[in-house]
Amino acid sequence: MLELQELTTQVRRDILRMVHKVNSGHPGGSLGCAEFLVVLYNKIMDRKDCFEMNGHGEDLFFLSNGHISPVFYSVLARAGYFDVNELNTFRLLNSRLQGHPTTHEGLPGIRIASGSLGQGLSVAIGAAEAKKLNNDSKVIYSLHGDGELQEGQNWEAIMYASAKNIDNIIATIDLNGKQIDGATDDVLPMGSIKNKFESFGWIVVEINNGNNIQDIINGMEKAKSLTNNKKPVCVLLKTMMGNGVDFMMHTHAWHGKAPNDDQLKSALAQNPETVGDY
Amino acid sequence: MKKYTYTEKKDTRSGFGAGLAELGRTNPNVVALCADLIGSLKMNEFIDENPERFFQIGIAEANMMGIAAGLTIGGKIPFTGTFANFSTGRVYDQIRQSIAYSNKNVKICASHAGLTLGEDGATHQILEDIGLMKMLPGMVVINTCDYNQTKAATIAIADYKGPVYLRFGRPSVPVFTPEDQVFEIGKAINLTNGSDVTIVATGHLVWEALKASEILLERGISAEVINIHTIKPLDKNSILKSVKKTGCLVSAEEHNHLGGLGESISRILSLEHPTPQEFVATNDTFGESGTPAQLMEKYGLNADSIVKKVEKVLKRKK
Repeated sequence: MLELQELTTQVRRDILRMVHKVNSGHPGGSLGCAEFLVVLYNKIMDRKDCFEMNGHGEDLFFLSNGHISPVFYSVLARAGYFDVNELNTFRLLNSRLQGHPTTHEGLPGIRIASGSLGQGLSVAIGAAEAKKLNNDSKVIYSLHGDGELQEGQNWEAIMYASAKNIDNIIATIDLNGKQIDGATDDVLPMGSIKNKFESFGWIVVEINNGNNIQDIINGMEKAKSLTNNKKPVCVLLKTMMGNGVDFMMHTHAWHGKAPNDDQLKSALAQNPETVGDY
Repeated sequence: MKKYTYTEKKDTRSGFGAGLAELGRTNPNVVALCADLIGSLKMNEFIDENPERFFQIGIAEANMMGIAAGLTIGGKIPFTGTFANFSTGRVYDQIRQSIAYSNKNVKICASHAGLTLGEDGATHQILEDIGLMKMLPGMVVINTCDYNQTKAATIAIADYKGPVYLRFGRPSVPVFTPEDQVFEIGKAINLTNGSDVTIVATGHLVWEALKASEILLERGISAEVINIHTIKPLDKNSILKSVKKTGCLVSAEEHNHLGGLGESISRILSLEHPTPQEFVATNDTFGESGTPAQLMEKYGLNADSIVKKVEKVLKRKK
């Protein structure tokens, strides 16, 4: 537990330093999902150390809201998929760490390009179908933004997954209630996402504090126990955008904006180095 | 000049269905997806024999492309089936990001391409799909000319690793290529040897080009007919070799002249061997309802049109 907390703090530092260096990127959603991805990769997923694209015999993860690439890259590097020093190349020319994740540059840990929103759930379902054909009992995880659910392709995929009994998938929605132009309730209110998933035939697990490590562990363990039950599983993860940095919380302002030098200093002071900066 | 004949007419989509069925028997990794057009795509045989390897997606083409991309990750070779319009323009961003940019081994199989879809009209006809697909980095683009070639191409693309766009059509057209042909991606086929003009044709226009070459022969014009089934990568050596002999070229395709095969040929010619070229293609227009034959005549996509363009390009020849 302490270890996961420390790792999360280090991941936060990575996120902040990555976006600060190139003065671009998406810190808000990245910080909000730091605990989740740290827990997923280090506590929940049954995965192999060595990266193979086909992922036979291991759990797989797909990031659909690719703009939170900073947290994804940090967690992958800290899990050993590539050298943490490569985080220094985020968004630079000739880097494998593109602004949005891609397989194009061959970065270990990435299985699909994402960034243009709404496509990840379909891809995750395809990977889940392949696992079924291969008699592979491992699970597919995916993460999606709540604003991202405004993309219609999601609902094609949500309808398909329950109709076809895709029960080896756990799709997590990051419910931070914010998107670029403001609160999701202001931009395009979506009503009850829980009711929508349930009426589409999914099992819904709620994690009310998606920035609490123990709550995430409990919720994801529960979600895992509900797989192989003829129904797809959705986790509604309530998070705080910008979590862990006081001036980035309670606002959508840091969705896609990097901190300046003074802001970085303040943010890092709130998150002291733990397992070591890259 | 070699003369081509046929004993029967068949639709190219049935060639796809037959090729897919054969793959079902020979390659356990091949899976098929369809967006509510099984009968139109002739996928029944594969589905009957391999129900566990078929995915009926429903009318949700975007989801189909994403699921296909995901299936490749587990080592599968997905063949998606729907009309050309819904295989390309409708799902361009899904193909771009989840398939082409992600370099996924998906075979996008597109029926009812071009005007010859006929009576359904312009909402279902597409004359822009070759352009859309050839612009995507890494995408192979194939447009087959008859039943046998479509079957052979379907089987061949399963052995190629990477995204492929395979375009074919609805109407019954002459079967004139050999049943036992080996399909080589990116390799043009010289159908007739000629010395006065090169006619490069793809898809349904290949048979029209052969008919045109016979009309031209009666007028004392010797045409070299080349079948380009692979528009990308383009077999530029075959084209250059021919125009160095003939000195002029007519391209023929069931597609807009913007973005089509002819444009790809023009680029090669202007870079390496500037040569007069005329285009048999639609002229930046949508289609409309009508029978396939009526449409091909109205929009200038038949043997007569090819003959006219040949006469025109011959006058431009120095």
